[in-house]
Amino acid sequence: MAKGVMIVAEQRDGALRKISLELASTARKLADQTGDEVSAILLGSGIEGLAAELGKYGVDKVFVGDNAALEPYITEAHADVVAKIVKENDPAILLLGASSQGKDLSARVAAKLATGLATDCTDVKIDGGKFVAIRPLYAGKCVGEIEFTSTPAMASLRPNVFAAEENAKAGAVVKVDAAVDAAAIKSKVVEVQKDTSGKVDLTEANVIVSGGRGMKDADGFAVLEALADVLKANVGASRAAVDAGWRQQKDQVGQTGKVVSPNLYIACGISGAIQHLAGMSSSKCIVAINKDPEAPIFTKADYGIVDDLFKVVPELTAVCKKIIG
Amino acid sequence: MNIIACVKQVPDTEAQIKVKADGSGIEEGQIKWVMNPYDEFGVEEALKMKEKNGGDVTIICVGPARAMETIRTALAMGADKGIHICDPVFDNADAFVIANALAAAIKTLPHDIIFCGQRAIDDDSGQVGAMLAEALGLPQLTVITKLDFAGSSVKVVRPVEGAQMVIETPLPCVVTAQKGLNEPRYASLPGIMKAKKKPVDVKKAADLGIATEAKAKVAKVVPPPARPPGKIVGGDDPAQKAAELGRLLREEAKAI
Repeated sequence: MAKGVMIVAEQRDGALRKISLELASTARKLADQTGDEVSAILLGSGIEGLAAELGKYGVDKVFVGDNAALEPYITEAHADVVAKIVKENDPAILLLGASSQGKDLSARVAAKLATGLATDCTDVKIDGGKFVAIRPLYAGKCVGEIEFTSTPAMASLRPNVFAAEENAKAGAVVKVDAAVDAAAIKSKVVEVQKDTSGKVDLTEANVIVSGGRGMKDADGFAVLEALADVLKANVGASRAAVDAGWRQQKDQVGQTGKVVSPNLYIACGISGAIQHLAGMSSSKCIVAINKDPEAPIFTKADYGIVDDLFKVVPELTAVCKKIIG
Repeated sequence: MNIIACVKQVPDTEAQIKVKADGSGIEEGQIKWVMNPYDEFGVEEALKMKEKNGGDVTIICVGPARAMETIRTALAMGADKGIHICDPVFDNADAFVIANALAAAIKTLPHDIIFCGQRAIDDDSGQVGAMLAEALGLPQLTVITKLDFAGSSVKVVRPVEGAQMVIETPLPCVVTAQKGLNEPRYASLPGIMKAKKKPVDVKKAADLGIATEAKAKVAKVVPPPARPPGKIVGGDDPAQKAAELGRLLREEAKAI
């Protein structure tokens, strides 16, 4: 019978990604409720050393598949190896990150295993012995509780939502055969163009300072950049600001952009169209700065300032600089 | 070229979503239905490919009777024919069932490239493209912002956190479209007239010979958790308001 919680850890360039620790910690909490084991799949080249860190966050056993053909990530190769390890070990629950890689991989693996998958979950629980995944629907306009009729029950977890807490377990390394049939791998990564900004992706940011139509033009974002520098934040944008060409597509927050859940989201000159609110309402603390007191963004905000953002934001930058030191 | 684009009909992004009192789903009464925005990018890319290389574009959609309107929209944009998989057994389908339904229909057609949206903005699952690729035994290229076709292969750009992957894959393959791939065209009036006469084949689940039981079921739908009411930070001038906000973020919210 299917038993235990398994995660697919994610690493890039030889370092575990934060989501891997969030997965390990969440899996530990689930497994402790049923007295089960947490195992992890870790794939790549020369990555065995990372198993210890997974152990620190609650993983009992790490299946390490070491093969140069698994770097960089390519769907077909990873999906084959992951599906094989899952079949051999028969976990009851399989968790992945709802990261770029995890989203791509989880759906392929679920299809290979002919099992159910809940993507981009914001909560998971054991309810009456059953695994239940909780995920926003309609970009957060409502929430769905997902139940499974097959094993493993698969869920991908939204980055930045689940806590990564240390809880030391063995993290014992089990080397597995990670051979891939090179002839069957049709896709080839021909180039990896790294972002040189030094910023994490918007979906992984702790603090986001976002601007909308109220920024007036591309130059208007300079005041937000200055605040973001002080807060070590990313700068995001509403659809209006992206469609106007003021910011890049990759900065867009909302139903047709990125769904983000930072600790702090500061919305400046954003009225709060429903499609924008959908992308940021799982943020932990929301600040809205807008001169229109009727702007819908204020209904989602923990703190609001009704005033001209071009006057408030530079003052806020100075205040934060003083506080943070 | 034999080009296929999969589409879904979804509530418009500005739609207010109301949960049914019994938690079984959402109230559909007031909703304006549109083609999933990410599918529009897929249809546009399919049409561009046809214009450049010849061939035809087939639209496939799983959905209730109203979804025919979305198929007609794609035909009005310039696609050639449609397949509408319309059967109440799909009302509570999960991505796995939908992908298998699409795959069963596509297997009967010649196909060089298949486009899907990277996700649908209703259930936000983002699974169908990859599951379809697996069901057809094809490579998948998901969340793509640029596509170059070179005879028998495609080269695509796939943004990931902090990088862009450039990936090359031989045809046939499945591509899921992300915003940025192109600017979808509007249907022209002559296009809309012509679309009415284009063939759309309607299929039932029984025609496809697939299992229709969902593996992941939406057991309950509830409204999002309410946020406690916020406070408006007062002050005589922007400097005072900013100072008070800074204090609150530090001391109360512990966010900075």
